[in-house]
Formats: sequence, C-alpha cells, structure tokens
Amino acid sequence: MANEVILLDFWPSMFGMRTRIALREKGVEFEYREEDLRNKSPLLLQMNPIHKKIPVLIHNGKPVNESIIQVQYIDEVWSHKNPILPSDPYQRAQARFWADFIDKKLYDAQRKVWATKGEEQEAGKKDFIEILKTLESELGDKPYFGGDDFGYVDIALIGFYTWFPAYEKFANFSIESEVPKLIAWVKKCLQRESVAKSLPDPEKVTEFVSELRKKFVPE
Amino acid sequence: MADEVILLDFWPSMFGMRTRIALEEKNVIFDYREQDLWNKNPILLEMNPVHKKIPVLIHNGKPVCESLIQMEYIDEVWPSKTPLLPSDPYQRAHAKFWGDFIDKKVYASARLIWGAKGEEHEAGKKEFIEILKTLESELGDKTYFGGETFGYVDIALIGFYSWFEAYEKFGNFSIEAECLKLIAWAKRCVKRERECF
Repeated sequence: MANEVILLDFWPSMFGMRTRIALREKGVEFEYREEDLRNKSPLLLQMNPIHKKIPVLIHNGKPVNESIIQVQYIDEVWSHKNPILPSDPYQRAQARFWADFIDKKLYDAQRKVWATKGEEQEAGKKDFIEILKTLESELGDKPYFGGDDFGYVDIALIGFYTWFPAYEKFANFSIESEVPKLIAWVKKCLQRESVAKSLPDPEKVTEFVSELRKKFVPE
Repeated sequence: MADEVILLDFWPSMFGMRTRIALEEKNVIFDYREQDLWNKNPILLEMNPVHKKIPVLIHNGKPVCESLIQMEYIDEVWPSKTPLLPSDPYQRAHAKFWGDFIDKKVYASARLIWGAKGEEHEAGKKEFIEILKTLESELGDKTYFGGETFGYVDIALIGFYSWFEAYEKFGNFSIEAECLKLIAWAKRCVKRERECF
C-alpha cells in the first residue's frame, strides 16, 4: 500500500520543524499543509480533537499528535535509514530525558523572553540562558547531543534556533556570547539537508514574532 | 552480571507508583529507598541533578529519570515478560499520546483541588472532572486503555486513584458519580495488582 503522509503545520513552529526534519531524514515524501491557527481547518480539529494544535502527522488517514511522539513514530515506521534514536536502551532513555527537558523548560522560558517586558522578561531571560547553558554542558565536546550522529535531541532543539534573533532583539542580549559551543552545534546542524530544508528564515520568524509581540506587549 | 536496581521514591508519589508497578510487572527485584523530599539525599541530587526529583531509577549505577521514560526503559530492558507498550508503532504512539496527556493535564488540575481555594479551586475541580471524563471516553468499553491487556496508559494513570479520596474530601464531590466507568476501571486494576502480587 502506498504511504500517504500529510503534515498539518504552521511555518514558524519549532515543534512542526521537528517532524519536518524527521520525515526528511528518512526520505519520506509528505504533503505539507499550512494551517491558519486563527481559523483552524476542520481536518485539524478532527485529527487532533484533544489539543487542537499543530503539528499533526496523518499517516494513511490516521493521526499522530505531539511532535516528540511523531519523531519516535517516524523512527519506528521508517526504520531502514538514519536511525534517530540510539539502539541501546540506556542511551535511548538519556535522549528522551533531554527532549523532555527541552519540552518542559525551554518553551516556557523563551516565551517570557519575547512576550513580556520589564522584570518578568528579565527573569525569563535569566532562566532561558541558564537552560541553554545546561544544554550546552550536556552537549560537551560531542559533535551532536547523541555523539557522532545527528539524532533525537538535536531534532528536538534545533528549531528553536530560528527564534534566536527574535529573542536577542526583544531582550537585548547575544545568545552566541552566552553559549558559543551551542551556536557552533547549530551551524553544524544547519549543514544537514533535512534541517536546512525544514527551517524557515530566522529573519521571517523575527518579523512574525514582532507582530505577535504587539498583542502581548502593547508599546 | 547480576542486575542491581534501586528506586529512589516517595511513598505517595503517583509518579513513583508507575515505576514500582512497571518493575513489579516485569518481576524485577529492586531496592526501594524512601526519600525525604524536605531533606534530599546526596544520592538523589547526584543521580538527578537537573530536576532533583523522584522517582529516580538506578540500574547498575546509572540513573534514568522521569517516570514515563523509566517505564519505556523497563519495557525495553526486560522485554520478555508482559510488554507494557504495544508492538505496533501506531498503537505505541497512541499510548504515548495518552501518557503525555495525563502528564500535562491531570496533576496540574488536581493540585488546584487540594492546594488552592476559592475561584482557583473551583476552576481546578471543573477542569479535573473534564479531564477524567476525557480519559473515561478514551477508555470506552475496553477493559484497559490498551484493550484486553493492562499496560502503559493504565500504569500512567492508576497512581492518581490513590489520591481520589483526598480530592473528593477537599473538593467536596464524588468522582464515582462523575466517572463511574473510570472508577470501575481503577477497581479492576487494583484487583489485578492484588491477584498478581
């Protein structure tokens, strides 16, 4: 049976980027469908009735929700090339731990950086930098989070990079000066075709965030 | 090499309960070590420096943190007995989705029932009931969340059942009146644990 793969997504979503990258790593042909989040399609609401969020991966008509679960699903279904998770159970648990850390900590912290001001923003910025430093420390001297090969944790994190210039603009700081090794890792990831094709232009993301910020921080 | 398995835990933790159940399901002998969360042990801080939380599973000296991740690890390391997750990738993704839903939603709303008052408390109670109804709807007429076999989603949720009496007391409501089928499921799970162990 031919594989029909559809991805309901929103171009600046760092979560959607994960699924795009994973599909491309595996060489899977998919149909990308842009969603208007202010006017969600009936298909989105039908395929993700619980959270009503993107990304939604629809494989032969059946939905898989939550980006980190999608990446694991993709790794299991198209297991023939470019393994995303390591094969050793302990290494797998470590990879899952760090993706979970990113999900639990990074999103909320980065949101404070672009969507607030004053003391709240300063506190958010401090948290955000600390979280990036923890991740940089976990990376250590390895080329990728899992070691020599690009994989799960790299995929979980890399999309946030496209929002870095927006964070720097609105909170007035340089991420590279705080976490230079992490930026070096970013540059390595960007050389990978699956990543380069899946990430939007950070300048466009910054424009998008600027508009969005106006709703939260009226100037 | 003989397996050395230690679980750093806190007796009322619905998260620790998951790992305990998973290990029991696999007949893994483990050393349960009660933690004082107001006076954290150096081993806890060393084994989970990022979150400093229980449960921490230590297998042959190496830590695995986060209860759902521990469950998957246990399922992979001791695959021979009673699989916790299904083998089909779609069913696995479906189970993980519900485990994630439970993690994202149940604790936070329940906390407002016992840990807040006034409007916040009422809002938490309302949300909590809605979340349980969503779970009950997902369960449907199945024996367990995965079908006929006790597994991942059942284990992810069942620990909260031991807190239901507390929620009912502080929320002044009856969970069974709201979610009869879910309570029936919980009783089935508890009966199963008693029969197996």
